[in-house]
Amino acid sequence: MSLITTAILALAALAIAFGALLGFAAIRFRVEGNPLVDQIDGILPQTQCGQCGHPGCRPYAEGIANGEDINKCPPGGESTIQALADLLDVEPMALDAEHGEETVKKVAIIREDECIGCTKCIQACPVDAILGAAKHMHTVIESECTGCDLCVEPCPVDCIDMVPVDAGLAGWKWNSPSQSNIIATDAQPFKSISAA
Amino acid sequence: MSSLIASTSRRVFDFHGGIHPSEHKSDSNQTTISRAPIPPELILPVQQHIGKPAIITVAVGDKVLKGQRIAQADGFVSTHVHAPTSGTIVDIGDRPIPHPSGMTELCVILAPDSEDKWCELEPEEHYENLSIEAIQSKVRAAGIAGMGGAGFPTDIKLQPPQQDKVATLILNAAECEPYITADDRLMRERADEIVKGIEIIAYALQPGECLIGIEDNKPEAVAALNSAVKGTRIEVVVVPTKYPSGGEKQLIKLLTDKEVPSGKIPADIGIVCQNVATAAAVYRAVRFGEPLISRITTLTGQQFNQAGNVEVLLGTPISWLLENYGYQPSNPERLILGGPMMGYALHDRDTPVIKTTNCILAPANDELPLSDPAQACIRCGLCADACPAELLPQQLYWFARAQEHEKAEHHNLFDCIECGACSYVCPSSIPLVHYYRHAKSEIKQQRLDHEKSDRARIRFEARVERLEREQAEKEAKRQARADAAAKAQAEKALAAKNEENKDAMPANSGVDPKQAAIEAALARKSTVQQDKTSSPAELKEAWGKAQAKLDKMLDALDNAKENAPEQVEKLTRAVEKNQVRVNQAKQSYEKSQSENAATPSTAINSNAAPALSQADISQLETNLAKAEAKLANMSDSLTQAKQDQPELVEKLERAVAKNKVRVQAANQALLDARATLKQEEG
Repeated sequence: MSLITTAILALAALAIAFGALLGFAAIRFRVEGNPLVDQIDGILPQTQCGQCGHPGCRPYAEGIANGEDINKCPPGGESTIQALADLLDVEPMALDAEHGEETVKKVAIIREDECIGCTKCIQACPVDAILGAAKHMHTVIESECTGCDLCVEPCPVDCIDMVPVDAGLAGWKWNSPSQSNIIATDAQPFKSISAA
Repeated sequence: MSSLIASTSRRVFDFHGGIHPSEHKSDSNQTTISRAPIPPELILPVQQHIGKPAIITVAVGDKVLKGQRIAQADGFVSTHVHAPTSGTIVDIGDRPIPHPSGMTELCVILAPDSEDKWCELEPEEHYENLSIEAIQSKVRAAGIAGMGGAGFPTDIKLQPPQQDKVATLILNAAECEPYITADDRLMRERADEIVKGIEIIAYALQPGECLIGIEDNKPEAVAALNSAVKGTRIEVVVVPTKYPSGGEKQLIKLLTDKEVPSGKIPADIGIVCQNVATAAAVYRAVRFGEPLISRITTLTGQQFNQAGNVEVLLGTPISWLLENYGYQPSNPERLILGGPMMGYALHDRDTPVIKTTNCILAPANDELPLSDPAQACIRCGLCADACPAELLPQQLYWFARAQEHEKAEHHNLFDCIECGACSYVCPSSIPLVHYYRHAKSEIKQQRLDHEKSDRARIRFEARVERLEREQAEKEAKRQARADAAAKAQAEKALAAKNEENKDAMPANSGVDPKQAAIEAALARKSTVQQDKTSSPAELKEAWGKAQAKLDKMLDALDNAKENAPEQVEKLTRAVEKNQVRVNQAKQSYEKSQSENAATPSTAINSNAAPALSQADISQLETNLAKAEAKLANMSDSLTQAKQDQPELVEKLERAVAKNKVRVQAANQALLDARATLKQEEG
């Protein structure tokens, strides 16, 4: 009988001790905010375009953390979906076409001689990448433009174009080596390298 | 030969891996360097180096002299560009440049005038007379960029590391890549220039030791260098021929047994490497003030009738060189910029020679066959044996192929020097380096994207914060206005209440001194009032005052009805009480009036009364005039507001209506007073 009592007492003592330890740890090492949201937000492309239906990337990150689908971000495209799937340990899914398609990176350009200086685009820009003042010409800071498209719609004179980013030489990438000719006999007759 | 033996006495170490491809050096190193004539057109890209493109400082139509600066370095990591000969700028525009992408870049097109006239130079016979800074600025002014192939601005490498000294200065004379003999011929023919260049570099860097690393397949060059370094501290170290011993990190390992840590540069371990051709250019820049306007390029491969080395002006179109140096295209036509290991296919023949163009290779197909189609990796491990950076090329290949960039990075993809040794030994002819280059550029792009998205996030959050702040400020302002209005109302109500209290004359003696003081004051006032009750004029004044107060209170009530409904009740009460008070005052005045009429003894008083009334009338007249002026003013602003500020119209209309009532009241008061006066006089 005393053995059982001892065991119960010992277990109770241990439970209290570990409970206190865990309680202390919960307060001492408390994590502020939701780190998962930050991680998800870090993967999203930060275009702040709202194509997912949220007013910015962070709200969508919060949505994903609360169980929303991961395939609503067209600017991020497949690679973002893949990264999110890896992070959240879920199956990657195809991009939801309802929210748009993955396109080449674009940047907004204002046709400056047509701009009437209404400031509507400045108010629409989620990253403050448009410079200008009332009744003065506006211009886009190209390096800060995320290509979100949100300034195009409010423009009363349609003087904003979305053009594909041309990074020039600095943006050039080595193409992926062709993986098609695995068998030697499939080889194409080679082309002259320099077509003068 | 004795000098050769002497120079090899130093211990030479070994680096991992490496290969021994057929050298083909003797194809082009048998003849002396020839000087290419001036071509009919020079194409000068603004980017011939690593870093930011230079900024063009000339315009189309400008006449320039040989050596004149035509584009200025943009920032720290950049170099100037100079005119290689005298002539006219005929165009500035995008032209194909030597780059694996085959893309175009901004170029200055110079039409030579065949006079080849130098601009004014600043020669300096003794570099010892110059400060280190002066030497750096001379090198920078000469626009020298590393001529071994990378094109890093040389002046930056002449700035010694801040904390520690440069222990070893290494001159890279290995020229390990097959076919290329530009440095070999330069060393044979201009060893003294190279050595003088090293001395200048050593003067700037003050290294502990100074070594020239050279492969043993260039005995003539070794002999030339050995005779040139006699009497100097410079040591010529001969290393065994093995590709890629000319790689910066590999040569450092060979000569010093030190390894450059991953992600670091040689300067971090106190070593600076320079190419021999760069050293010669530094000498010419300091001694003669000549900018870098030409370089030695190897033209080799069986498609050239006569292979050899040519000193060409920078900007010379390769097509022109091909025409003038016996290029006989065979099938397939192949042109490679650089050597067979690290070079890349030339996309456009009108590409110019730039500061880093060390070789133009035109091999026949049997000489350098096109690689076979890639087959599956059999995991033989030959690539790992050959890798001079001690990486695992096979693993990197799988990761790069599967786009697993993170894993590739963990396997030190960025330590790959892209030497091509792994591709060379691969039995499945997999273009391994191409995979790594692709993966590297993908990762770089991702990093850039990430950087940009971080910036976008910061900007977005800043904007959200700003909007919230603005909203809060607006709200605060609105609240402050509302509070101020409420306070004003409360004060008015309090004032009204005080008046009320004055009249009521509370009997209870308050305990606090303030209350007591107020009561005392009220008592004083009431006695004064009582004293004066005999004078009807004063009674009338009191009545007028009470009436004015009532009017004021009524105004306040109206106002409160609009703005502060919670005050209305209080004010209504106050108004009622004041009405009573006014009535009392009126009654007492009328009473005294009738008394006055009955008592002749107060005749003097009654005589005085009209005089006071006269003053009253003039006062009332001014009041009326004032009220009218105010009304006129208000009507003006109303008409203006109707045009400009429609949101104010309503308010102003109300104000005008109120003022009209006031004017009427003032008018009425004046008429009444006049009537009274007439009556009294009558």
